[in-house]
Amino acid sequence: MVLVTVEVNGSSYQHEVEPRMLLVQYLRETLGLTGTNIGCDTSSCGACTVLLNGESVKSCTLLAVQADGAAIVTIEGLSGPDGALHPVQEAFHQHHALQCGYCTPGMVMAAVSLLAEEGELDERGVREGLEGNLCRCTGYHNIVRAVLACAGDRAPVGEVGAAGAAAS
Amino acid sequence: MIPAAFEYVRAESAEEAVALLVEHGDDAKLIAGGHSLLPLMKLRLATPTVLVDIGRVPGLSYIEERGDEIAIGALARHHDLETSAVLKEQVPLLAATAHQVGDPQVRHRGTLGGTLAHGDPASDLPAAVLALGGTLVAQGPNGRREISALEFFRGFLETALGADEVLVEIRVPKAAGAGWSFQKFNRRAQDWAIVGVAAVVNGTTGIALVNMGSTPLRATAVEEAVRSGASVTDAAAAASQGTDPPSDVNASSEYRRHLATVLVRRALEEASS
Ligand SMILES: Cc1cc2nc3c(=O)[nH]c(=O)nc-3n(C[C@H](O)[C@H](O)[C@H](O)COP(=O)(O)OP(=O)(O)OC[C@H]3O[C@@H](n4cnc5c(N)ncnc54)[C@H](O)[C@@H]3O)c2cc1C
Ligand code: FES
Ligand code: FES
Repeated sequence: MVLVTVEVNGSSYQHEVEPRMLLVQYLRETLGLTGTNIGCDTSSCGACTVLLNGESVKSCTLLAVQADGAAIVTIEGLSGPDGALHPVQEAFHQHHALQCGYCTPGMVMAAVSLLAEEGELDERGVREGLEGNLCRCTGYHNIVRAVLACAGDRAPVGEVGAAGAAAS
Repeated sequence: MIPAAFEYVRAESAEEAVALLVEHGDDAKLIAGGHSLLPLMKLRLATPTVLVDIGRVPGLSYIEERGDEIAIGALARHHDLETSAVLKEQVPLLAATAHQVGDPQVRHRGTLGGTLAHGDPASDLPAAVLALGGTLVAQGPNGRREISALEFFRGFLETALGADEVLVEIRVPKAAGAGWSFQKFNRRAQDWAIVGVAAVVNGTTGIALVNMGSTPLRATAVEEAVRSGASVTDAAAAASQGTDPPSDVNASSEYRRHLATVLVRRALEEASS
């Protein structure tokens, strides 16, 4: 067993984990944060996307021990303390960017990372920037619309996690 | 899918990683970004019993100018390459190729050293380093040695690295102002190349092929044709000479040969325009 210390959604955690435990397992099973979904389990679909030190990663392709010392944000950590939706969540809501919702947590986390990284985003940039995330329902159009709406309204978007409240 | 059990050790330096490889021998495997190794371990196609994590080794993620070359630490991630101002200016081929790898999540984790050491002929960056005529620096129990990219790829997932060596640095000649092109043909976003071509035209012409054999390959017949003044179309016709492309669900070997000719032509046109 290996001792792992991580910050998840602003709270600090310490656990002894088996080295082979995947980060997604740690988040879902040890911490009970089941908002992060497992879709393909083969690094392809992006449903398990979380932020690791602010950057999107596929938590099914990362060991929990590799995340030792990192700050992680999951979909549960995006909204403000008062429960207000993060601007990307709000935009997904407004633009009807989900149907079954299975891809949505990963899609939102990937979008948050993309918006924080890219100074300017057009439709092509959004489509390419979300190429690591698959959606079987929406046909992507409304997802792209939602992210573009956020790109047009930049200021609060880079702020995630505990700072989400500032965005509301 | 959960990997088979293994012991996990984190190396704090390249020296320590080498010592751990020496200590654990064949049972040990290095892990950098883990984006080639972990998928294999989850499928239990790889079952190392000791995983030596070099992902945190400090000071191995640099991208810097050094004389006529750009030196890159083995832990520089694809994302570091695609966003590096110095690389975009001095070796745009490498920055642009990094941008074509996988998707943003993969590029946030995968490293240049990892993709080279993995030695997958379907990978993008090895072909770019090969076209540029790069130099790889390996550290082993007896210190460091340099390996030319031309000598590095030995067979399918096989490289010149010894079992007790760590790839620490990659150097490529500066090529600001040189013509270049990276052509990647795939059918879906995020996919691996069915065939790819990296080209740099800088007085001499370097062309390397993705997924046209058991290793990334230099298209030497095309390079010779260009040198002797052949037209782009005639030179590109030699693209599949000396290759042995695979047949798989995506493409037959015949189709890959055809693609290589088309993509080399496009690459030469783009690089010389
Ligand atoms: C969904 C997905 C899509 C992808 N798409 C593409 C694509 O389109 N194009 C592409 O080129 N690649 C693609 N990749 C592969 C990706 O680029 C990998 O990150 C890269 O091939 C390996 O880098 P890594 O740091 O993750 O290596 P790891 O997985 O950590 O290691 C790979 C191998 O190299 C060894 N190794 C690692 N670092 C060193 C070192 N410094 N010295 C010696 N040995 C070392 C390890 O022991 C292991 O055998 C994709 C991967 C995924 C998961
Ligand atoms: S579950 Fe991780 S990428 Fe699909
Ligand atoms: S909304 Fe169903 S998979 Fe995207």
